Amino acid sequence: MARDGGVSCLRSSEMMRVGIGGMESPPLDLDEVHVLAVDDSLVDRIVIERLLRITSCKVTAVDSGWRALEFLGLDNEKASAELDESSSFRQVPVVIMSSENVLTRIDRCLEEGAEDFLLKPVKLADVKRLRSYLTGDVKLSNANKRKLPEDSVPVNTSFPPPPSPFTISPDSSDSSPPLTISPELSDSSPPLSPLEISSSPLSSPIDDEDDDDVLTSSPESSPARRQKMRSPLD
Amino acid sequence: MDAHVAQLQMQYRNYILSLYQQGFLDDQFTELKSLQDDGTPDFVAEVLSLFFDDCVKLVGNMARALDQTGTVDFSQVGANVHQLKGSSSSVGAKRVKGLCINFKELCEAKNYEGCVRCLQQVDIEYKTLKAKLQDMFNLEKQIVQAGGIVPQVDIN
Repeated sequence: MARDGGVSCLRSSEMMRVGIGGMESPPLDLDEVHVLAVDDSLVDRIVIERLLRITSCKVTAVDSGWRALEFLGLDNEKASAELDESSSFRQVPVVIMSSENVLTRIDRCLEEGAEDFLLKPVKLADVKRLRSYLTGDVKLSNANKRKLPEDSVPVNTSFPPPPSPFTISPDSSDSSPPLTISPELSDSSPPLSPLEISSSPLSSPIDDEDDDDVLTSSPESSPARRQKMRSPLD
Repeated sequence: MDAHVAQLQMQYRNYILSLYQQGFLDDQFTELKSLQDDGTPDFVAEVLSLFFDDCVKLVGNMARALDQTGTVDFSQVGANVHQLKGSSSSVGAKRVKGLCINFKELCEAKNYEGCVRCLQQVDIEYKTLKAKLQDMFNLEKQIVQAGGIVPQVDIN
């Protein structure tokens, strides 16, 4: 059963250091963008992994929204209970990828807070473009973005803890609830506000079978814009 | 030696061009090739191998879903078609993708006969593509073994 997947951009704590009270942001370390790619198709996972690696991203690829939560250590009740509007996961960019070129669906994704929408099959130019404007957004970051501590998100898998929190969209074809997540940050850093992405609009009344992927992105960045509409598949 | 390599390279070029011209491959395949480099020389082969594994699995699922005495779950068939459409699109398997588009419509229309026929076509098509790409990889191997370099083929 096709499901929505996701890709999220994690940034290292170095990258997230932001100008507060006149301090300048340090130059971006492009190699430190960590993307969590979620797609139920192995072929697509391999391809997106390659595309992201070529654009100097660190990549973790998982096959479902629930695995992504697991990776983040957010698959337990306690973590879910702590998710709230002020969660720092809100800062993380989300980009959706889908093979379905349906405007209503795309609009819905963007309205729900997705940073961008890429039409599959995704090409290197798409990822490069995405990378450059997401990178640009972090450069222009404002006081909302804070330095995050290392190991801010507990994980209970063998994956290393991601350096910063992010938002993902879980499997949409099932009855997944809207997800807001916040990391267990130490008191030294004020938390970022989370980005709430609801999977339910994607699953109804629109086609449930879509295998949307989600890349998380920052809501403060450039206004969510519609992906260039390619011509419908032959 | 050089003449032999040159001949193999020309054979290879013509073969690739024919695959595009006959609609087996589209620009996504070109894209995949462009992602391969000296550091990842097996990338395309790896992706295609996974794709063909996917084909076997998904065609099997569809066959089982269609082989129900009683009610056929067309949404189940459709879900598998959707997956195959996605992965064929990602590797540039143009004909397979095209068939999946038709197949999806047949599922939505709950056209049993149509679905069965389409599934047979999908089965033939992916196997044909697999054989053709195997020939392509064999040619690459021959070129390398003859001391040559596999040429970049400009399909435009």
